[in-house]
Amino acid sequence: MLLFVEQLLNGFQLGITLFLMSAGLTLIFGIMRVINLAHGSFYMIGAYVGATVIAVTGSFLLGIAAALTAAAITGMLVEYLILRHLYNRDHLSQVLATFGLILFFNELTRIIWGRQPLFMDVPVWISGSIELLPGLIYPIYRLAIIAVGVMVAGLLWLLFAKTKIGMQIRAGASDRQMISALGVNINLLYTLVFGLGTMLAGLAGVMAGPILSVESGMGESILILTFVVIVIGGIGSVRGAVVGALLVGIVDTLGRAFLPDLFRFFLSSGYADSAAASLASMATYILMATVLVWRPRGLFPSHS
Amino acid sequence: MKKILIMCAALCLIISNQLMAMEPVKIGMVTTLSTKAGYLGEEMRDGFKLAIDQEGGKLGGIPVELLVEDSGRKPEKAKQIAERYIKKDGVKILTGIIFSNVAMAVVPKVVREDVVYLSPNAGPSKLAGKGCDKNYFSVSYQNDNIDEVVGKYVNGEGHKNVYLIAPNYPAGKDHLAGFKRYYKGEIAAEVYTKLGQADYAAEIAAIRAKKPEALFFFLPGGMGVNFLKQFSQAGLGDSIAIYGPAFSFDERILKAVGPAALGVKNGSQWTHDLDNEANKQFVAAYQKAYNRTPTLYASQGYDTARLIGSALKAVEGNLDTIADFRNALKKADFESVRGNFSFGKNQHPVQDLYIREVIQTSSGGYTNKTLEKVFSNHVDAYAEQCEM
Repeated sequence: MLLFVEQLLNGFQLGITLFLMSAGLTLIFGIMRVINLAHGSFYMIGAYVGATVIAVTGSFLLGIAAALTAAAITGMLVEYLILRHLYNRDHLSQVLATFGLILFFNELTRIIWGRQPLFMDVPVWISGSIELLPGLIYPIYRLAIIAVGVMVAGLLWLLFAKTKIGMQIRAGASDRQMISALGVNINLLYTLVFGLGTMLAGLAGVMAGPILSVESGMGESILILTFVVIVIGGIGSVRGAVVGALLVGIVDTLGRAFLPDLFRFFLSSGYADSAAASLASMATYILMATVLVWRPRGLFPSHS
Repeated sequence: MKKILIMCAALCLIISNQLMAMEPVKIGMVTTLSTKAGYLGEEMRDGFKLAIDQEGGKLGGIPVELLVEDSGRKPEKAKQIAERYIKKDGVKILTGIIFSNVAMAVVPKVVREDVVYLSPNAGPSKLAGKGCDKNYFSVSYQNDNIDEVVGKYVNGEGHKNVYLIAPNYPAGKDHLAGFKRYYKGEIAAEVYTKLGQADYAAEIAAIRAKKPEALFFFLPGGMGVNFLKQFSQAGLGDSIAIYGPAFSFDERILKAVGPAALGVKNGSQWTHDLDNEANKQFVAAYQKAYNRTPTLYASQGYDTARLIGSALKAVEGNLDTIADFRNALKKADFESVRGNFSFGKNQHPVQDLYIREVIQTSSGGYTNKTLEKVFSNHVDAYAEQCEM
């Protein structure tokens, strides 16, 4: 039972990281209709810049601030220099251009930081583990990730539901011609939204740094799951991103944790292990397929 | 006048003969220099080049020309490069491949064309047993060796309950099989994770629940970095002893893992602190040339080059009869940085295998220290199946 709770927490934490990634991606797709394959690159930039600043200054908070700034600025530059010229092209051109960006950023990090992964550790003040329940020991850093994620979700909700700029963004997602006819500077709005999205990716990256290996190409492994999340949640919907991310995180974690034991009930152990491993890595895609059969446009389709 | 002409002709003949003899022997190196695994090829190449540079462009006194190309870890591309070396450059000696899947795509094909291939790293079981070939030499190891040594050592340490974890792909299963061949105790669980997995929280929670005495993992590259960091953050580092093959503990990876790898024991056929003259000389020269501690891959590249040198010397640079060159290679008449080195019947190394421990250096970095020799003159498990 305790193990189940612990695995649930693990799933929740993975879900939160996925949420930070997919919130940005779904915003960008929902509002600009751009398929941004390079979203994982901003995650990587966040992690690299964060790790470097922390190594130099020794301050984790400064590292996070630098990572957010770097990811947001790079994102806005990319939007201004490249994506802006692709809004009227078809999706294939966008996919090709953003795929090119992945290669560019991966090679750039190799040129600047070299091929070996960077070292980044958990800051001392949130290292170690605490006993949540008797017998349930959990790393504090992972709890901190969950807390930050929940906080960001709250802030995003405030931004969209309560502020004027949030209203404009929502309006832009519904009807971009109408909103520019109403005198809103749609170009500026696009750049801001893109910067916000990449900033969230940078945050996810720098927070993942102490857990994962900070290396060139680290964004691609999470990018695929991120796409699964926004397809499940409904493209363009932040609410969908929250639900989709938590679903994917929990299904993925619980599948990896409990399928092998489940399979051993009715299969020989050697065969059960490899069958369970294969099924566990498919679990999220099976979830996606099931959701799509039931709701072809995702759980919370944005109205457009 | 006539005399002078004859003298001239004779002189010309001698000079041209000498020029022919001075034509360098070409060595084709197909390796991985790009992608994030590129540092493996880089280390191997630098070790190889060091041997050539030490002799001023020669190996075994014979001038050589090293052709290097990057396969980008793609089997198809590696195959094309090897073909081009053979057809266009007339290369008779090939080497360089890092990854087993790339080796499987290239080696069986090139050895049929009377080209000698020397592996400086990959040693897949398929090329050691029934698939062995007289033109194929592994200078590094047979893949399983590095796990077998850990299996044997873990027995001696008295661990009775070991948890195994590896990615779900052929090499992952091979490495765990190598461990199990010598480990006699109980297996707590055998877990296969997704290749390239980043987050191991679920697996680590399961390990905590199973309470094994020790853990053996094969998670190459970034996967191993992730796993070790998360394992130590979960506070399990003190209660469960960790073991693995050398691949996750080279000096470059240790830099990224940091203190989480301290005290981890791993199996290898070489460490930079091995006490023999050839090794001391190599480590010092490598450090001077490249300003970093050589890794396992560098030592393998260096040994490969020096082995080629010993054979070139024996045949005086003449590769017209490839059988003579092959026989000279088989003698392994060179000073290996590993100390003991000879070839078994499947032309894979018969060598000593060690357990190393990750320690902190006086300058605050991390490195490996040889702990104990576990196997002497170890022969791999597939040699018996090889018929040449």
